[in-house]
Amino acid sequence: MKAYLSRRYHFSASHRLHSEAYDEVRNHEVYGKCNNPHGHGHNYTVEVTFSGKVDPLTGMVCNLADLDAFAKTNVVERFDQTNLNLLDCFANRVSTTENLSIEVYRIFAGFSAAHLERVHIEETSNNSFDYAG
Amino acid sequence: MIFLTRKAEFSSAHYYWIDDWSEEENYRVFGKCANRNGHGHNYTVEVTVAGEVDPVSGFVVDLKQLKDILEREVISVYDHRHLNLEVPEFRSSIPTTENIAIAIWTRLKNKIPNARLHRVRVYEMPDLFADFYGEETGGEQA
Repeated sequence: MKAYLSRRYHFSASHRLHSEAYDEVRNHEVYGKCNNPHGHGHNYTVEVTFSGKVDPLTGMVCNLADLDAFAKTNVVERFDQTNLNLLDCFANRVSTTENLSIEVYRIFAGFSAAHLERVHIEETSNNSFDYAG
Repeated sequence: MIFLTRKAEFSSAHYYWIDDWSEEENYRVFGKCANRNGHGHNYTVEVTVAGEVDPVSGFVVDLKQLKDILEREVISVYDHRHLNLEVPEFRSSIPTTENIAIAIWTRLKNKIPNARLHRVRVYEMPDLFADFYGEETGGEQA
């Protein structure tokens, strides 16, 4: 039996949408108030989905405690209470939630106990992004 | 093709335990979920069915009928029960969220007229849920 397990994690971070490729006027046109030089922040929710065979003995796709430990170390503690723009992964990329989704997907791909299906990130309750590789 | 989803809730107790394992092994794998006194959750189940819209009624399925089937086949059996001790399918399998989704699928399969069961999603809590699409094979990679 193949099942899909989804888990949601939360972190809060600041960012500023700004592209070095644009001048000041163009940045403001493209990113609007998200281009505020002082930055702003969000409570992000990451929903990650893994699939796999349900182990006939344990009834699990993967051990949730292992996944939680992986997510805590590699995602939550890495991004929580940070300024995303100052992290290495956004040194050369704009810290949009599209790019954040791709980075979080890359991180969760390192969890080898199940097959990564999808990363879904809610930036606000009205904005969400999906990346499935 | 239209997909229609009906939600229902049940509150149940459970624990995770494998009889063939020592207490130490059970606690190592299942953590505090192995406590034999049990613990509980407010579960939410979402049942999604797929079908064509009836040109006369405008329905894929009658929602009231779907609600009644869900109540009869699942909620009346699971709600305010201890899943390990009182629900037959969990005498031989652990009531993990994954197994509950599979068990609900099995209970509903072939019971819904005029529509195909597409997905069973079970929330153990808002931040943890499992989906089952009836895939009996696949997912061998781990």
